[in-house]
Amino acid sequence: MRRDTFSTPELPPVRAATRRLCLDGVPLGQPFVVQRVLPDANVPERARQLEEIGFNPGEQVMVMTRGIPGGDPLVVRVGQSTFALRGAEAACIQVEGTGGRAA
Amino acid sequence: MTEAVIHLHPPGRLAALVGNPNAGKTALFNRLTGSNQKVANYAGVTIERKEGKLALPSGKTVRVLDLPGTYSLHPRSPDERITCDVLQGTARGEKRPDLVVCVVDATNLRRSLRLVLGIKRMGLPCVVALNMADLAESRGMRLDPDALASELGVPVVSTVAVQGDGDAALRALLERPEIWQPTTTLMPVPQPPGDELPDHERVRQILERLGLDVVAPHLASDRIDRVVLHPVIGPVLLAVLLFLVFQAVFAWAEAPKGWIESATAWLGNQVGALLPEGYLRSFITDGLIAGVGGVIVFLPQVLILFFFILVLEESGYLPRAAFLLDRIMGGVGLSGRSFIPLLSSFACAIPGIMATRTIANPRDRLVTIMIAPMMTCSARLPVYALLIGAFIPNRKLAGFELQGLVLFALYLAGILGSLAVAWILKRTTARGLVRPLMMELPTYHWPHLRSVALGLWQRAEIFMRRVGTIILVLTIALWFLASFPTPPEGATRPAIEYSIAGMLGHGLSLLLAPIGFNWQISIALVPGLAAREVAVSALGTVYALSATGEGTAEALSPIIAHSWSLATALSLLAWYVFAPQCMATLATVKRETGGWKWALVMAGYLFALAYLASFVTYRVALALGWG
Repeated sequence: MRRDTFSTPELPPVRAATRRLCLDGVPLGQPFVVQRVLPDANVPERARQLEEIGFNPGEQVMVMTRGIPGGDPLVVRVGQSTFALRGAEAACIQVEGTGGRAA
Repeated sequence: MTEAVIHLHPPGRLAALVGNPNAGKTALFNRLTGSNQKVANYAGVTIERKEGKLALPSGKTVRVLDLPGTYSLHPRSPDERITCDVLQGTARGEKRPDLVVCVVDATNLRRSLRLVLGIKRMGLPCVVALNMADLAESRGMRLDPDALASELGVPVVSTVAVQGDGDAALRALLERPEIWQPTTTLMPVPQPPGDELPDHERVRQILERLGLDVVAPHLASDRIDRVVLHPVIGPVLLAVLLFLVFQAVFAWAEAPKGWIESATAWLGNQVGALLPEGYLRSFITDGLIAGVGGVIVFLPQVLILFFFILVLEESGYLPRAAFLLDRIMGGVGLSGRSFIPLLSSFACAIPGIMATRTIANPRDRLVTIMIAPMMTCSARLPVYALLIGAFIPNRKLAGFELQGLVLFALYLAGILGSLAVAWILKRTTARGLVRPLMMELPTYHWPHLRSVALGLWQRAEIFMRRVGTIILVLTIALWFLASFPTPPEGATRPAIEYSIAGMLGHGLSLLLAPIGFNWQISIALVPGLAAREVAVSALGTVYALSATGEGTAEALSPIIAHSWSLATALSLLAWYVFAPQCMATLATVKRETGGWKWALVMAGYLFALAYLASFVTYRVALALGWG
């Protein structure tokens, strides 16, 4: 019923080779680092709100669990806090691996 | 009903507590002010305003304002807007604080310090309370308030809001006159949007220099979450918990309800004996005491339900419950945040509707308000009990009590009705809309008896204040309608038939005949508008009974069993599932939505729904030969 919520945010074209890794598509329980928060043209205030609750570049994040059914919403650890995010919200958070560092 | 806005500021210096949600701000507020608190609303909006008096060791007093928690100075909900407005000095009827106490969660400095930097820029004198300092240190963080103070340029003290003298350092700090001195200009410095990055970068550097740039896992909370948020165990646990809460609400409230009922009856009799027969006696005993008593009777259930809600909230479980239910609520276009208000509505729709204030999305909040009255509130129970007792045979069906099953079906009908309405509203008003969730799941805490007790006391006060105002006025108005004009000399029928309410009832019965209501029911529905359960005593009056309270239902049961058909009884039950038979709820909706529009829309659609449900029920029952 809400399959449309995983909308891809509109962005300037990125180099075709780089596949963006976003928080809605990472495995559970593995630490990642926020690269940047992508703006969503439909919800302009979302990027700022995500940054305000702690999704800043360089911050450690980890997906703790996912709601059933459909894996939406997600429970995400960001820094020292835990937030429930919708898939569409997590899709705005571009992350990269920690390069082997543990949480 | 409007509230007067008082622009007179009481004397004394005003300190405002500001901080992130879940930073322990309210616990610190409770610790500072004790029970010396006043809970009201901010002028023009229905956001709870908590002010208290803090007595300093020197004997001076400071007024302390507990502002709604906020993540930033860019408000995202009406609560957060109040915080920003008060800090800027633009909130209606509010004095700009003389000092801001930034309550900072010491275990989560990165996010909290950004807010501190933002507040500092507003030009108000500012101090930082490093709250939950004990928790941070138990996680291995070495906090140095003085070092942090020199980094931030404002005084910093450690506090532990949940410990007896955990606020001593803050109290001592507030004694120092120099911290109250305005630093620079009092003009608010507006922060241009997009100027956030420097703050976040500054905080990162400060934390790095202080050696606090560590991310410690919270093992205990995570272990609990592994069970509570488990895809299978989590929902089962939630269902069991809700079941136990409902059991308690109805089982524990029985005794206090009985005391209140007998106290009301006793008071009515005592006062009645003192007064001469006449209007005054009827007004005081039948109108005032019986009317108000009929509402206070629900106080025990409201308090028991709120006790559980407060404990679950304090412990950190409620946001997790909202997370678990988010998907189901999403199916009908709501978010998990609507769960708490709807849960409260099972005790009484009024606190439920007031609890919608935490829903940031205006559409979601309105939809939640509109469906809240369909949750079976405790005021319906006396009516359900009367009708089920009179019409549903006391036998077992597939191992279950048939009467219990009917009661369960009535609850279910309300829930399904509300889901259906929300779903229709989703299809019509929320196409393609994705509402934000971004809900914090705080670390688990043991609930503190003190905060729970204070919260309960405040709920009781709010409920009683409503009884004292709206409900009292309505009760008096309906007593008047049911008593005047008086019956003519030599009248043979009950007095209520000659009154305005009686005339209205007779008029209504034409409209209600197609759904099987006789004129007696129609008349009883008029005073029943004050509060649902009043219909039971009104039926007693119409059937010319003199008994009151529980006696009415007992005496009434055989009469209606004899004179109504089963189809009529089922139709009335269906009516009660949906009909907005509660003026106090409509008055609350008017207040919460800022006008009569939504209150009237609610009354209109719920009456239409009730009529439809009763019509279908009645016709089906007739077809089944239950006429």
